Amino acid sequence: MSDLAAITDLDEFQRTARAWLDENCPKSLRGGGSSIYGITGGKKWNPSNPDERVWMERGAAKGLTAPMWPAEYGGGGMSPKQNKVLLQQMRELRIPAPLVGFGLTMIGPTLLQYGTDAQKAEHLPPIIRGEIRWCQGYSEPGAGSDLAGLQCRAVEDGDEYVINGSKIWTSNADEADWIFCLVRTDPDAKKQEGITFILFDMDQPGVTVRPIPLISGASPFCETFFDDARAKQSNVIYKVNAGWTVAKALLGHERTMIADAFGVGGGSRMSLADRARKYLPASEDGRVSDAALRDEIAQSEIDAKAFGLTVQRSKDAAKAGHQPGPESSMFKVYGTELNMSRHELMIRIMGPQALGWEGDGFEQDELDLTRAWLRTRGNSIEGGTSEVQRNVIAKRVLGLPD
Amino acid sequence: MELVLTEDQEFIQKTAADFVLEKSPVARFRELRDAADATGFSRDLWKEMADLGWAGIPYAEDIGGAGMGFAELVVVLEELGRTLAPEPFLSTVLLAGQALVQSPNEALAKEWLPQICSGDAVLTLAYQEARSRYDLDAIETTATADGSGFKLSGEKIQVLDGHVADALIVSARNGDGITLFLVPSSADGLTVTRQTRLDSRNAALVTLDGVSVGPDAIVGDGALLSATVDRATVGLCAEMLGGMQQAFDLSVEYLKTRSQFDVPIGTFQALKHRAADVFIEIELCKSAVMAAARAIDEGQDDLARLVSVMKAKCSDTYVLAANEGVQFFGGVGMTDEYDIGLYMKRARAAELTFGDAAHHRDRWASLAGY
Repeated sequence: MSDLAAITDLDEFQRTARAWLDENCPKSLRGGGSSIYGITGGKKWNPSNPDERVWMERGAAKGLTAPMWPAEYGGGGMSPKQNKVLLQQMRELRIPAPLVGFGLTMIGPTLLQYGTDAQKAEHLPPIIRGEIRWCQGYSEPGAGSDLAGLQCRAVEDGDEYVINGSKIWTSNADEADWIFCLVRTDPDAKKQEGITFILFDMDQPGVTVRPIPLISGASPFCETFFDDARAKQSNVIYKVNAGWTVAKALLGHERTMIADAFGVGGGSRMSLADRARKYLPASEDGRVSDAALRDEIAQSEIDAKAFGLTVQRSKDAAKAGHQPGPESSMFKVYGTELNMSRHELMIRIMGPQALGWEGDGFEQDELDLTRAWLRTRGNSIEGGTSEVQRNVIAKRVLGLPD
Repeated sequence: MELVLTEDQEFIQKTAADFVLEKSPVARFRELRDAADATGFSRDLWKEMADLGWAGIPYAEDIGGAGMGFAELVVVLEELGRTLAPEPFLSTVLLAGQALVQSPNEALAKEWLPQICSGDAVLTLAYQEARSRYDLDAIETTATADGSGFKLSGEKIQVLDGHVADALIVSARNGDGITLFLVPSSADGLTVTRQTRLDSRNAALVTLDGVSVGPDAIVGDGALLSATVDRATVGLCAEMLGGMQQAFDLSVEYLKTRSQFDVPIGTFQALKHRAADVFIEIELCKSAVMAAARAIDEGQDDLARLVSVMKAKCSDTYVLAANEGVQFFGGVGMTDEYDIGLYMKRARAAELTFGDAAHHRDRWASLAGY
């Protein structure tokens, strides 16, 4: 247990945490000073602002990179209530998270759920310290929405597996140190039953990575090729040929993360109304002068508010001991589609100024927003398409037949 | 605020659900409608609900209430909304009761609130006029000074439960502002004519022709009216939430059991995805109703905004759930025999009460300064 977690009185916890944050987080990172991708850590990480590494290391030593993970691995050991207070303090002081990434949001929670003691002891501490950055090997060129149709093969060889095949949409594969990967270990079994969830090092001769440019420009996405890549059998999570169970659990974590990221007011900090005032003719009464756009802005904000309340309700229910069920698929559908429609609306508010790609005559904010809008078109595809999520809701929540 | 039911609230929900199942199925609503019942609801059942403490949920114990809040009240109203229970909650407990409990006129509150809590009196609020639409201030009914009191003249429409109300709280233009007056139904110059609405909710036309009231009849001003309607809107939305869930439950059940092309129609992805969308929208409404109810109980200053979020979402979603429901049912959905059509009518009526979605989006924008 970290010294912070030992403070059970929430008021005292708040004061102590706030004082520590204020004293230890470098001033240059306050108020959005850190890079837009956040502090990612990893062996290849080379932040332009050295204070980012300072903050990551201090935060990690204090248990703040993974506040609710067990202290035995270096986590903060905090309760959900303590964590909520901590995050609130960070928001108020405009302090960035000391570490972000798939290690914390995806493979870490999955290891806590399915990993052996030895696997947890090996992998969790380097995640918490920001030493190892992770990427996700799920989709393949032939396995998108039908993820269980994946073909990447793993064949036993002594105490190792030899892996051949390719993965696509491996975010930040070019920056990552390790990959958590779905591989086919039994090609004769039913497709969900021959899959294994395995971890391996990306720094080996059999791994090649190629970045993928998108319609929005450069992207963190990569295509990743395995040509006799090697993984230790001791890094199989849960059981051989039972990887689909682990994969689904991890997707639950991923959807929670996506909903958190996109849910409320993602993207530009300028409010929709202020943006409308900037691009529309002024009105005498101070209201947005186009009544139709005003209605759309209000609709978008009201939907965002109702969605935010629903995310809160789900978290409050979890705190009260109710396990989140398949209804969490709705956060992925609604959160992403809300983010997309909000960006569409921003583009229409900007009018012709939304048409810039680069160069003169456009503000940086305009160029960024146009690309951000293009990028949002992928939100309803990545992490399980909206259509797949709706199928999940129909089947698992509403009980409609196949 | 915590958006989760406490154990006590879960218990109230279960009690209400059991009560509704046993004593207030939709069949009862149909019987009252088909018989053109003079009261339009069951006085015995209303008394029973009051004896369970429901009419007094948001009122203090010293005036006969249960000393609870809106967080509890919405749980009960949600269950009643599932089967379109016609008892006078909205008129008596929410509109009139909430005007009185916030009123500076303590004598009137003391006189009427205990009778509201005990289920012995039906009261209502006459605020709406033919051309006022959703603007509570755009009224033509006047209050003219008359000695120490006033004379009230004008016409109010769709006054909920007005045909059986023992007293009505009437909004009238009084100089530059709006004043609310309590008028007993026996007052000279007051004419009440029952109206018949598409959703069979009980309502009446109320004409005031020089009705005399004393200065002690003043309940409050325009700000009180607005605060009262906001609170009643929370109650209405709880009812709507129950109604949309029932309409959706009926729909999903039908999708599972109706067979065409030798398979249940619920296997068709075109219908599955539409059902999933209705599910999501209802979940958002649930959160909005819980938040607005708790905002009243906790005295939050963003109540008006939360009310607009809630009413905009509930208006659109109840209509969506009912419209989609009729489409899922196909031809039989158009028949009076199936219940889904009742929800389509109620959804439309509820949408157009206390401001539709567009009205509340505009109000949200105004409150946010754009």
